[in-house]
Amino acid sequence: MTPQESGRPLVGRSVPRREDRRLVSGRGRFVDDIALPGMLHAQFVRSTVAHGEIMSLDLSAVRRVPGVVAAFSADDLAIGDITAQLARPRSQFVPTAMPVLARDKVRYVGEPLAIVVGLDAYAAEDGLEAARVEYAPLPPVLGEETALADDAVLVHDEAARNTLVDVSLFATDGIDDIFDAAHRVVEVDVTTGRQNALPLETRGAVAHWDDREEQLLLQTCTQVPHQVRTVASRCLRLDERAVRVVVPDMGGGFGQKCVVGREEIAAAAAALRLGRPVKWIEDRKDALSASFLAREQHYRARAAFDTDGRILALDADVVCDMGAYSCYPFTAGIEPLMASAEMPGVYKVPAYRVRGRAITTNKAPTAPYRGVSRPQYVMVVERLFERAARELGLDPVEIRRRNVITDFPYTGVNDITYDPGSYLESLNLCERVVRDEGWYDTRTAAAAEGRHIGIGYACFSERTGYGSSAFAQRKMQVVPGFDISEVRMDTSGAVTVTTGTMSHGQSHETTMAQIVADALGLDIARVRLHQGDTDRVTYGWGTFASRSITVGGSAVRLAAERLGDKLRAIAAALWDTEPEQVELAGGQVCRRGGDGARDVLTHQEIAEVAYLRADLLPKDIEPGLTATATFDVFNDGTFSNATHGVVVELHQDTGQVEILRYVCVEDCGVAIHPQVVEGQCRGGIAQGIAGALYEEVTYDAAGEPSATSFMDYKVPTAQEIPEVSVHHLETPCAFTATGAKGAGEGGTIGAPAAVLNAVNDALRPTGTELDHTPITPQTVHRALNPEPVP
Amino acid sequence: MTDDTLMTPREPQLIALNVNGEQHEVITEARRTLVDVLRHELRLTGTHVGCEHGICGACTVLVDDRPVRACLMFAAQAEGARIRTVESLADGNRLSDLQRAFGEHHALQCGFCTPGFLMLAEGFLAERPEATKEEIREVVAANMCRCTGYQTIVEAIDACATARRRACARACPSKED
Repeated sequence: MTPQESGRPLVGRSVPRREDRRLVSGRGRFVDDIALPGMLHAQFVRSTVAHGEIMSLDLSAVRRVPGVVAAFSADDLAIGDITAQLARPRSQFVPTAMPVLARDKVRYVGEPLAIVVGLDAYAAEDGLEAARVEYAPLPPVLGEETALADDAVLVHDEAARNTLVDVSLFATDGIDDIFDAAHRVVEVDVTTGRQNALPLETRGAVAHWDDREEQLLLQTCTQVPHQVRTVASRCLRLDERAVRVVVPDMGGGFGQKCVVGREEIAAAAAALRLGRPVKWIEDRKDALSASFLAREQHYRARAAFDTDGRILALDADVVCDMGAYSCYPFTAGIEPLMASAEMPGVYKVPAYRVRGRAITTNKAPTAPYRGVSRPQYVMVVERLFERAARELGLDPVEIRRRNVITDFPYTGVNDITYDPGSYLESLNLCERVVRDEGWYDTRTAAAAEGRHIGIGYACFSERTGYGSSAFAQRKMQVVPGFDISEVRMDTSGAVTVTTGTMSHGQSHETTMAQIVADALGLDIARVRLHQGDTDRVTYGWGTFASRSITVGGSAVRLAAERLGDKLRAIAAALWDTEPEQVELAGGQVCRRGGDGARDVLTHQEIAEVAYLRADLLPKDIEPGLTATATFDVFNDGTFSNATHGVVVELHQDTGQVEILRYVCVEDCGVAIHPQVVEGQCRGGIAQGIAGALYEEVTYDAAGEPSATSFMDYKVPTAQEIPEVSVHHLETPCAFTATGAKGAGEGGTIGAPAAVLNAVNDALRPTGTELDHTPITPQTVHRALNPEPVP
Repeated sequence: MTDDTLMTPREPQLIALNVNGEQHEVITEARRTLVDVLRHELRLTGTHVGCEHGICGACTVLVDDRPVRACLMFAAQAEGARIRTVESLADGNRLSDLQRAFGEHHALQCGFCTPGFLMLAEGFLAERPEATKEEIREVVAANMCRCTGYQTIVEAIDACATARRRACARACPSKED
């Protein structure tokens, strides 16, 4: 008997992944695996200057290159712009249009100017070299100081001082007096480098017009299929019905693919013009330099403390460098609004003031990236606590203990109500693990030998389960949040479930099936998930903000329960009993008889009645077996939480930061599949460490990006990423139908703060404190080996 | 080399490739890489392209039993060699022990880099069946994964190697002495 036959629920167990068989066999189907008869291949002519007016764009020589079939400029295709909007007054938000192909001006190196279509990708690339573009260069705007200057050159004429978003969301009355009267005020000035989310599968799409369906079929790797459909239909002036977006297997996204890319729309436009399928696969050079980037932020923050180390007030100024364009649908507001709304995090902050700005510069545009501003503001707040602990002579963990929220639900100064979590418990457990393993003793012993070992923590929450109301608070004009699921049983008793979320590695095919199998008492092998197809899935907001299991999974569960109710009603009618007497479990439909008798039907037998013998159904039960449910979260969302503890050693001669130990204590409520949750933690931590120590896209004075290959962009490997031990706590969530809180982003949120704190702990004897990530070996080396004073 | 043997990159040529034990003849341009010919000419799409400059390892295949980057090799250079791709690992529908270990240890999430890691490990374990976990970690560092944090990949390969050694020890008891 399998465990499921014994009636034990599947939720909470690490069952084998449904995805694995095809993926380990090389039988996954990623977008570049698609081949259609007559398919052509596209590449993009991209700007080589950061800022300039386009004086002329001559594609005639391109069209003569052998193997090139066509080349189109913006004027040739005449398609609409992509414009992301916030419903905010102009003083707070300036909308800017992102043309699918640059028309009059280029605004970053790598901006697409023309699409070249060839018989294969090699031929299309040959064509690129024959493009002739003349620019009237403009001074590039590359940094905060230049962008915000009174006489700044403008990236977009409509955005004065290059400011797209400027919001002052919270300002507690009398906050200045609190700072004036405080026992201690500490300040930090934190900057974080520009990063690439870097899914290993680059972006790409295959588009063609399907005459029979009278539809554009756009197969693209996106986290947000329905949003791509909306933009494609509007840019191409088609009814939404006439666009079908299908997402094949996806090689990661991490947020870079949760916005609409101009290239996928251009490829679709070219396919319509040519009447042939067009494939575009981004190469790594373009993916590194010209796809959506993230993370470049600057925080000036201060905090007031009393003599006991309790925080009294937090005051912050946040500037996010969003690059050349606002992304759809989130806009340039995504980062400053996230930081402004949520910075107090897991701490009881009584007074709060924040200003958040998004500036536009001549760099590749940004998109949300795993964590969205939280890796940064958690780092800022954790740095403030570390600094206060030092100045007040307190233990860094103790000062956190005194300040974390312990009474739930807790409504913060940021007008957000936090649902129950294990902030203090996770902090205590994490410290205990590190202490019990002897790392504090190791640190002391190492110091005596002149070695530099440091211990750092980060305690944080991850707001997930953003429903429509939470996004509406952000004043998005396009408001994400809900999800719809349909569960359909066929005559054989097998089930198909749809979700509007889109897995790009998070194991939805398995976890959603676990939820459905439990609700229907059905063998998991008989459940199949449909995702990422706008024709099969009614509607959905895709996968971002760790919303798949919280929102999407809840819709799946509710729909499955509704279908279960119908199965019970039919069985009850057949047995002439009440639905309450019918149980769905262990792959069977059972009647609980008072006399010990136990009637049993199979799911198939019920399904056959529902479809093939509808004459047997009572009048109040409709034939067929489908159920639909919509789920939305109407409060402020739900907050998974974690504490990360890191031990590092700094190497005197090389400046290398070596991670000796990494401990993660996480609480994401009910874990549907613990192994998947651990995988999300570890993968997230690896990306967080990457941001803390390795990855950065810099620009030279002309606006050329530094990172155009893996020789320049240092993605950490198995030699740099340590083993991570993950400890689970479980505070079930009352706001989701699954009891789960999101688990996708926490690792990335906690790691930079924990690593930075550990490095600063190790640097303590030197008197140097670092407030910029990535922490390079050069910086550490300088701190450890200061120039002798002449 | 005389001038008449020089070919322009676009000039098609006939090449013969031995892939997964099958002989293929392909007419293709001299400039096409091995990974492109495997994927687009032979439709063996299990091998993936991640960077086209030899760093990420998603395109790793075995050439004469050794892991190589199929993006750094022209298809023509692989003539006469035995090429193995991820499609060769399973025996029909029966997954190999290495493939099963990846699933059991959750060594893949999106699965895009997975064929490259599988072929890397397949080649490495054949050469060094006694590899320690540390050696495995060092070899795994040849390829990039963006989802897992690598730990479970190392664990999967180590578990597979350990199981193979145990099976071998049982099959050859004399070796235990």
